[in-house]
Amino acid sequence: MSDDSRPHVHDHDHQAVPPDVALRVKALESLLVEKGLVDPAALDAIVDAYETKIGPRNGARVVARAWVDSEYKARLLADATAAIAELGYSGGQGEDMIVLENTPKVHNLVVCTLCSCYPWPVLGLPPVWYKSAAYRSRAVIDPRGVLREFGVDLADEVEVRVWDSTAEIRYLVLPERPAGTEHLSEGELAALVTRDAMIGVSPV
Amino acid sequence: MNGVHDMGGMHGMGAIPDEENEPVFHEPWEGRIYALTRALRAGGGAWNLDAGRYELERLPPADYLRMSYYERWEARLRTQVVKNGLATQPEVESGTPAPGSAKAQPALTADMVPVMITRRASTRRATGAPPRFQAGWRVRARNIHPPGHTRLPRYVRGKAAIVAADRGVFVFPDTNAHLLGESPQHLYSVRFAARELWGEQASPHDFVYLDLWDDYLEHA
Repeated sequence: MSDDSRPHVHDHDHQAVPPDVALRVKALESLLVEKGLVDPAALDAIVDAYETKIGPRNGARVVARAWVDSEYKARLLADATAAIAELGYSGGQGEDMIVLENTPKVHNLVVCTLCSCYPWPVLGLPPVWYKSAAYRSRAVIDPRGVLREFGVDLADEVEVRVWDSTAEIRYLVLPERPAGTEHLSEGELAALVTRDAMIGVSPV
Repeated sequence: MNGVHDMGGMHGMGAIPDEENEPVFHEPWEGRIYALTRALRAGGGAWNLDAGRYELERLPPADYLRMSYYERWEARLRTQVVKNGLATQPEVESGTPAPGSAKAQPALTADMVPVMITRRASTRRATGAPPRFQAGWRVRARNIHPPGHTRLPRYVRGKAAIVAADRGVFVFPDTNAHLLGESPQHLYSVRFAARELWGEQASPHDFVYLDLWDDYLEHA
């Protein structure tokens, strides 16, 4: 993610947002609480869950397990939803999962051109770049150019498969295990696995 | 609908942004609008997933492109609470309940959140219309332009492909978004050669897979 052709965002994608969006949300929450439609403590619990519990560390544990346990990997590729649930991960936007295995001959890349569908239980909520119009528009027409921006330069003969998440199937990429990691524990391997590798825009 | 949300293959959208150590929510309001939407949807009846996506697609195109992801969620939720009778437009504008308005009981309380966020609410269905295609068959994405919600992107319409797999029976968004029923039918993983979609400029080694419902496909 350090290619100089990509502008670095130090402020945020909503920098130009009118300042009153925060006030509008506050007013809407206050209204819905006063009408008894939402419990503010439930909102706190949802925010906390996605800020502290549901994120790419979950997916990284799935990947590391698949790397060290060939039987788990076979189950993961045959029925990803069930194999991911074995590690305790399930829920909204991960109800029907498929795992895509990267190999020296096939590279998988995931996008949602129509909105920003993303496998929440294993990767958490999507990053700004994944939701950007630039990624959504380009991933399907110029996947190799997009990959180069992320620092991945594939040989011409490698097959690129772009998965446009147009339905309720959610995809997780199983990256290749890096060479020279035979001595690492499952936990150490999980620490190597990045969010971007599980979307397919970065190697591990 | 042929909206700006249907972005696959468009040019001119700029460089892909890069942000080191990105937080889950950049500001508290983003988390609140996300959680408000989840909490109201958890109540069950308010609206379905497809109707929610359609509401985003119906934002004025210039607004859609200008807004951040969670600004769109904020605009959508204001519309949805009025449309679904949870609050009136004056209440949403003032942020205050009308005098004497009824007080509900929240459908989701904090103790229910751990179960709510891990619950599977799959749109897979046990039965539906019989499959019209099988893995390995040649198909073509229909050249249709529904004015309502659809999950058939423009860039594949009219293009030939191969059925890679039958995913099983799923709720059909085109009817479900408009509360016209689930119309459960087979969903297929469909493999398009990049050259079929984009011509000779594309690599012969590239393929794009989409999950497409029976009603989006015809024999080729």
